[in-house]
Amino acid sequence: MADKPEPAAPAIDAVGIMAAPPHHSEWRRIARVYFSRKLYLIGFILVMLLFFVAIFAPLLTPYDPIKTDLTSIVKAPSAQHWLGTDQLGRDILCRIIFGTRTSLLIGFSAVFSSAAIGMLMGLTAAHFGGWVFALIMRITDALMALPGIILVLLIAGLVGGGIGVVIFALGFGGIAGMCRMMCGLALSVKQNDYVMAGRSIGMSNWRIMLTQIFPNAFPPLMVGITMGIGGVVLGEAGLSFLGIGVEAPTPSWGGMVFDGQSYLLDNPLLSLAPGVAIMILVFGFNMMGDGIRDAIDPRLRGVL
Amino acid sequence: MSLILDVQNLKTYFHTDYGLVKAADGVSFQVNQGEIIGLVGESGCGKSVSILSVMQLIPIPPGRIVDGKVLFEGQDILKYEANGLKMRAIRGAKMTMIFQEPMTSLNPVLTIARQITEILELHLDMDKQAARERAIELLKMVGVPDAERRIDDYPHQFSGGMRQRVMIAMAIACNPEIIFADEPTTAVDVTTQAQLLELMMDLVRRINTSLVIVTHNLGVVARYAQRIYVMYAGRIVESGPSEEIFGNPLHPYTIGLLHSVPKLGEKHGVKKLVPILGIPPNLINMPPTCAFMPRCQYRTARCAQEPWPELRQVGNQHYISCYVDIRGK
Repeated sequence: MADKPEPAAPAIDAVGIMAAPPHHSEWRRIARVYFSRKLYLIGFILVMLLFFVAIFAPLLTPYDPIKTDLTSIVKAPSAQHWLGTDQLGRDILCRIIFGTRTSLLIGFSAVFSSAAIGMLMGLTAAHFGGWVFALIMRITDALMALPGIILVLLIAGLVGGGIGVVIFALGFGGIAGMCRMMCGLALSVKQNDYVMAGRSIGMSNWRIMLTQIFPNAFPPLMVGITMGIGGVVLGEAGLSFLGIGVEAPTPSWGGMVFDGQSYLLDNPLLSLAPGVAIMILVFGFNMMGDGIRDAIDPRLRGVL
Repeated sequence: MSLILDVQNLKTYFHTDYGLVKAADGVSFQVNQGEIIGLVGESGCGKSVSILSVMQLIPIPPGRIVDGKVLFEGQDILKYEANGLKMRAIRGAKMTMIFQEPMTSLNPVLTIARQITEILELHLDMDKQAARERAIELLKMVGVPDAERRIDDYPHQFSGGMRQRVMIAMAIACNPEIIFADEPTTAVDVTTQAQLLELMMDLVRRINTSLVIVTHNLGVVARYAQRIYVMYAGRIVESGPSEEIFGNPLHPYTIGLLHSVPKLGEKHGVKKLVPILGIPPNLINMPPTCAFMPRCQYRTARCAQEPWPELRQVGNQHYISCYVDIRGK
């Protein structure tokens, strides 16, 4: 605040009405609130860093993430291999760098697809009520009754492994939770007078859902979505452990954590390094989620 | 003056866990073009339910419009599907509503601009730029200072009175035939009340629309309404021109209401306020007799035996629903 110039005295017109503060566009308001908080800024930088690494992976490392080198197995960190090598002689740092692609791909596609479907279901249930509500809630009950891991095993058993299946399975598992959260929030938002006011100006059901209910119910869900990204990356690690995750040579952080556990005494970095990478990703996305929630909700922006 | 809205024998019931609530039980009222109507009664007497029913905004379930006709421009709009195309084309364009609570009637996450242009785009098919210009013009009409800038603010940046002005701007946006104002000034302070009422009356005259003010504040209707309907326990008990209702009230309930309002200019201690004794009836499982009878000081043996009386004419356009002739008592 100190380095900003003193604001000019507000202009007062002839009839003594004070002029409103200068008008900023929506995006600038959001950005200003978001970047004014340090923790959110850190989250943003971490996430941007991950994207940078994922996009420029081949330029960041001289090694091949897939080619094995049996002459240097489970090596300690050295000048050539900064984090050492794994049980097949592959550079760990290189695999982590390429693993970013897998993790982000799985995280985003699974979470966004489950969020989109779940939120739509929840909104529909809450808005229309009656038998629509009952039907959708029973479907989510059924989804929730299945233990997540069994559901995934079932799907993997039916269609085989691979990235696609991991995304589908983890995304599918997230639908019920999203639907429930959205439904609960939408039901409470629905009680507000402005929903009735929306009806009174002749809005259709869909318009009320999308302009009155959804924007008011969404900000709290934003946190759930970004936290879901971290959760999905961890979930992928679990699936890799069960052998139905990302297929063998493709580097994935979860898979690396579990591969490394047999060598914990020889080189703990094998598990630890990808673990730290997962941690950074989860932290970054959580912070970004909090920040986006605060920034997109005009009521939480605090400053005028 | 042509008839714009003719509500006939409207019955809206609510099914609750405790029984059937007859919130509006045979309500009839007429609104002529350009006319200002007052719908008066104490809390819970069915005023709001009546107008929400007319606009088909009653939540179904638990509510249900059981019977009646709402003739708007000659068409029975109760026949239209509540959320169907025909009804939506009327709501917001020809028939609009101003709500009681300005603090909660605007969507908190959308700018004022979005909320006003929404109506214009919805009903008048305006493009974005034209709608925005019209919205600014509307805000100026309702007296929002610095409208060009304030239009991009959010509702929480407006005071209660200013928000109610925005609601009024939204209500007049499409030059409606009729505006319902559901206790429009109850939630704001007295000075703002006066300003808002003057503004509304001014606008209503300017765009030549009809206005139905729902209120429990007799002062509001005394000053502005041309005709008044007094409601009690879901029914109209007295109706007539404003001067008749205030100068020559003939239903015991209306008389009681007028006696319980303090008047300026009367010497202190000369005349005490006379409250209406008792409490309003529970609308669940009402007796078939007159609902005001237990509180009525004019009641007769006949009132306890016969059903609630139909409205009968007692003067020029003056109707009451009462067996007793109070004149001279």
